Amino acid sequence: MTATVKTDAALFELALRMGDNALILGQRIGAWCGHAPAVEEDIALANVALDLIGQTKMWLGLAGELEGKGRSADDLAFLRDARAFRNALLVEQPNGDFAHTLMRQYLFDAWHHPMLVALKSSADKRVADIAEKAEKEARYHLERSEDLIVRLGDGSAESHERMQTALDALYPFAGELYAADAIDGDLAARRIAPDLGEVGKRYLASLKSTFEEATLKAPWDAATRKGGKQGMHSEELGYILAEMQWMQRAYPGAKW
Amino acid sequence: MYAQMVKSTGERVKALDEMGPEERAFQERVDADIKIEPKDWMPEGYRKTLVRQIGQHAHSEIVGQLPEGNWITRAPTLDRKAILIAKVQDEAGHGLYLYCAAETLGVSRDEMTEELLSGKAKYSSIFNYPTLTWADIGAIGWLVDGAAIMNQVPLQRCSYGPYSRAMIRICKEESFHQRQGYDIMMRLCEGTAEQKEMAQDALNRFWQPALMMFGPSDKDSVHSAQSMAWKIKQNSNDELRQKFVDQTAPQAEYLGLNVPDPDLKWNEEKQGYDFSEPDWNEFYEVLKGNGPCNKERMEARQKAWNEGAWFRDGLMANAKKKKARRMAAE
Amino acid sequence: MKNEWPLWEVFIRGQHGLAHRHFGSLHAPDAEMAIKNARDVYTRRNEGVSIWVVKASDIAASSPGDKEPLFEPSNSKIYRHPTFYDIPDEVGHM
Repeated sequence: MTATVKTDAALFELALRMGDNALILGQRIGAWCGHAPAVEEDIALANVALDLIGQTKMWLGLAGELEGKGRSADDLAFLRDARAFRNALLVEQPNGDFAHTLMRQYLFDAWHHPMLVALKSSADKRVADIAEKAEKEARYHLERSEDLIVRLGDGSAESHERMQTALDALYPFAGELYAADAIDGDLAARRIAPDLGEVGKRYLASLKSTFEEATLKAPWDAATRKGGKQGMHSEELGYILAEMQWMQRAYPGAKW
Repeated sequence: MYAQMVKSTGERVKALDEMGPEERAFQERVDADIKIEPKDWMPEGYRKTLVRQIGQHAHSEIVGQLPEGNWITRAPTLDRKAILIAKVQDEAGHGLYLYCAAETLGVSRDEMTEELLSGKAKYSSIFNYPTLTWADIGAIGWLVDGAAIMNQVPLQRCSYGPYSRAMIRICKEESFHQRQGYDIMMRLCEGTAEQKEMAQDALNRFWQPALMMFGPSDKDSVHSAQSMAWKIKQNSNDELRQKFVDQTAPQAEYLGLNVPDPDLKWNEEKQGYDFSEPDWNEFYEVLKGNGPCNKERMEARQKAWNEGAWFRDGLMANAKKKKARRMAAE
Repeated sequence: MKNEWPLWEVFIRGQHGLAHRHFGSLHAPDAEMAIKNARDVYTRRNEGVSIWVVKASDIAASSPGDKEPLFEPSNSKIYRHPTFYDIPDEVGHM
């Protein structure tokens, strides 16, 4: 019996980690709607936000089901406190200028896509089903953000400089995405999730070739900043939640 | 409406026999409902009026993203958040279609954008009102999109081909906008007393501004006759406003909300509602730039444009480099 | 204009094997990005569609004055239209 409970707990964590990454990043880029540098880009970014909110519903829906306490995806999104969020620190970083937004997106997409490819063969069918749908979306997100990184890195002097500044600021957050903890080890052993170290190798290889093409230099040796996956967030998250959860908190129990 | 005060450049409507042969052929095609296409001959006044009208319409879509976009990060559920993003995204798309339609008349999108940002070009007065509560998102969908649809449906038959085609696509995509707004209002009105109060307050604040969307009263609307002869405007402002009130008053009743107009009353004889004129002084003040949010709206668009310049230029620089490399390799 | 993204015309072939149809226009720095933008703007990324983009300035168009000489001749060749032929119902669909 204890074994089953433990299984569910680790899987619950996986669903929260995947779901919270999608939710917080979707929340962040949703704020660009109406403010992007060109109308075509405004529309494209809104598509990414929509995909991520859709994925949030699937992952947090699964998390609620696994938890078995009757909490819906909305309950998990709007009524959990910061310490219970499991997103990586990268996705809660501020939008900054558009270069920061794009760099954050690329650093996430380049990990997200291979992660979802691997999750498609998860031993847990529910996970595999969600990954199946999300992977197609993530592939397109990656195609787009990678292309923009290369173009702007190898664009004008100013665009190069801005992309380099964004890379310097955000690269330290990349390592958390593939840093495995005991939960990841447990899930990998049972083939529910991939070996994160393996995903990380592929991730770093693709970053290396993209940045080379973009004429950008990543601070490869920078110390990794992590903790979000275990609920130790940056101060950013509290403000994100204050805004995102405000209505559900201000009007408890109301239907919208 | 989204183009409320388009100055028509025709001084007065000419009779056919006062026109030269080209203009006469043009007018006869318009009268026969044959679409005018970009390379066809057209009177300079027709071209200029259309550039202004389509430009205002496009600017309204783009500025119109702001009051609603403002609530994306605070939407109360995941579904509402997704619906709102999709709707605000549609508005960006509609702005894009309309700019492209105006571009067929020989003006570039960047030029139009600069006219908006310098304050030379106008956009609909409605987007200068603040969205203070979630209910405002419902009220905008219900009232503002409701009024917009009323205006845009006849514009699908406009005489200028590219504008007409843009309107057809926009009307098709926009069909869910009004319904999602009303759906928000229904949910609020079925909810707690606090929610219902929020809904009533939103209706109170948006009713008059929505009526103003149709532009000044026909008796004060000096530019209509020529635009109607050119078929770039199909109905008069007052006609559309009446239609809007007739459609909306029963919808408010269904919600159990009170339209904030003590004079609103069914008139059996005219088979329509009597209602009070909105405060036209307020309307002209908002158009002049003195509405509650004019300044913030313009600042937001200027910021997006100015701070996005490096992005647009960076991509152009990259495209040029790539092209040069390709040429060198050939 | 200083550095404006050029205008592209977008043609899309839908799922059902019909020919590419003009869908609209957009701005993009080059053809590759125009295709990406077209996916986001006009198909919302429906799979299985094919997109063509053409720089608006590269399109050669008949001028309206030419309309009559260009289109009149085909109007007289009504035998090119299937409805020109009366086929008896008994023959079935053709």
